[in-house]
Amino acid sequence: MTESIAFGIGSAIALLSAVYVVRTANLVHAALWLGLTLLATAGLYAMLGASFMAGIQVLLYIGGVITLMLFAVMITRRHEGLAVPADSKGRGRAAVAALALFGVVAAAIRATPELDAPRGLGGSPAEIAAAIPAPVTTSDIGRALLGQHVLAFEVVSVLLLAAVIGAVVIARRRDPEPAAERLVAPPSAASAPSEVTP
Amino acid sequence: MTLSTCLLLATALFAVGVYGLLTRRQAVAVLLSIELMANAANICFIAFGHFRGGATGQTFALFSLAITVAEVAIGLALVILLYRSHGDTKIDLARELGR
Repeated sequence: MTESIAFGIGSAIALLSAVYVVRTANLVHAALWLGLTLLATAGLYAMLGASFMAGIQVLLYIGGVITLMLFAVMITRRHEGLAVPADSKGRGRAAVAALALFGVVAAAIRATPELDAPRGLGGSPAEIAAAIPAPVTTSDIGRALLGQHVLAFEVVSVLLLAAVIGAVVIARRRDPEPAAERLVAPPSAASAPSEVTP
Repeated sequence: MTLSTCLLLATALFAVGVYGLLTRRQAVAVLLSIELMANAANICFIAFGHFRGGATGQTFALFSLAITVAEVAIGLALVILLYRSHGDTKIDLARELGR
């Protein structure tokens, strides 16, 4: 009972702050609201027996990604006030599309009772609770990472390397004209007086 | 707290992310919305891993997290490139980024 109350509170915080993420005009505030969403999600992970993932979520997402986002907002801001006229005209249509998506998927979830009572269980809450497997430990995840899923692990590491190199290449300051001037300028500057003096 | 409530929560978060993706015009805000949607997908991984057992759910949540971080790195590099070439980060400007 207390578990479902905590789950409800966590979900409410996650959903409310998610709405603030998409509605706040101030981009710094939006990034911080996203941090609250991710923190509430980390709490839900811990409730779902995934304490390792909860820690990773806090370290990597809130510590890394939100900081990167804040840096990006600060670097690319033009005005003192960070408020931007954020929304386009299609706000109503976007709300309809999002609600339709939610309605279809929620109907599909409601229409699949096997989700909650697998393998022909009776469906009483006690039976469902008893059918939940033992929580996975971090050492299990380590064994799965380097055993069963070692190929995916290596591919993901190569992908991360490629993405970081790609990010450096994309964001590199490429201005050929000033660089060429800098290369050419010293000889011309040095030769100019010598041409003038004779 | 059952599997279907977890999936409903993930669907709601995903729908909020879709709304943000469709309405936002700033590139960084679009990236924030994409983060919301990736987070919703991760909740599904963790929930299935919890209610069905096995380490595969959490392992793939970890992979998905790494891929999301890679996507953020590329996305922010594109935002900075957009700002440098156009002086603004409105995503409508990204029609001719390759110039």
